[in-house]
Amino acid sequence: MRIRKKSGSEILEGDLTPMIDMTFQLIAFFMVLINFSQSESDQRIMLPQSTLAKPPDRPMEYPITIQVMASGTLVYGGHELVNMNRLRPYLVNERSVLEGRKRPLSDATVIIRADRDTKAGVVQKLIQVCQEERFEKFALRAKEEVVP
Amino acid sequence: MKFRRDTVREDEKTELQMTPMIDIVFQLLIFFIMTFKIVAQEGDFNIRMPLALKREGPVDETPVLPMRVRLRADASGGLASIALNDMPFDSMKQLHLYVIGLVGGDDPSLREDAEVELDCDYDLHYENVIQAITAVSGYVDPTTGQVVKLVEKIKFSPPKETP
Repeated sequence: MRIRKKSGSEILEGDLTPMIDMTFQLIAFFMVLINFSQSESDQRIMLPQSTLAKPPDRPMEYPITIQVMASGTLVYGGHELVNMNRLRPYLVNERSVLEGRKRPLSDATVIIRADRDTKAGVVQKLIQVCQEERFEKFALRAKEEVVP
Repeated sequence: MKFRRDTVREDEKTELQMTPMIDIVFQLLIFFIMTFKIVAQEGDFNIRMPLALKREGPVDETPVLPMRVRLRADASGGLASIALNDMPFDSMKQLHLYVIGLVGGDDPSLREDAEVELDCDYDLHYENVIQAITAVSGYVDPTTGQVVKLVEKIKFSPPKETP
């Protein structure tokens, strides 16, 4: 009788310490690896690959990211622009922001994230439009190709 | 009686409630697992292309080592032919080796002065342009893993045609 009473009243508790330890380790791992800098990337764009595409040593002073889809449609700041000339007002806006901050236009870098199947002429035309708006520094973005 | 009461107090354990903490910790863990994505590193090819202004007086000096890479496209936008200063090449690898032969020597001024102008067909896939830029702008040294630069000045010809 006595034995039965004891076994009935006891609460069996597992030791949670190792599990919590592991869970915190996992959280720390994922927290360190989380990368918000990729937020500018667009899933619809498959970048071309290059062995020389290494991440830059330091962030750019004034980046302006323009995405170009395979169809030739531009994506700038969440706006889809079918006609390239519709980009001009945005570029003028960026230029006036720079001028307002009293910084030279050469501080700005136009980052072109074009799909691998985009027509080269579209990218050239985009560069030309930016040049006409007096931007002169460009960065053609590519995905790093890992050589086995 | 007093003795009994004391023993009862000693036996009591003040236990922290672990359940809410574990709940939150698991929520956090699930958030980080769901937002985790393995993304290949991205890099840039820097191009400085100011708009050529009409100037009076003498024209700017031509670069010491001008290189004009002509990339022709086939009907589907693939690469049909490669030529450097009208010299045809079968592959990007050949072009790359030729450029190494031209500017890859010990004289760094050659690399600084060399300038490549890319002349591409309108319909050519952009991927081929990046391959051509990769071929002329450098290579990864297999022993050190460092990038060895070749031609740094790259520019584009004006677009061929407007559809």
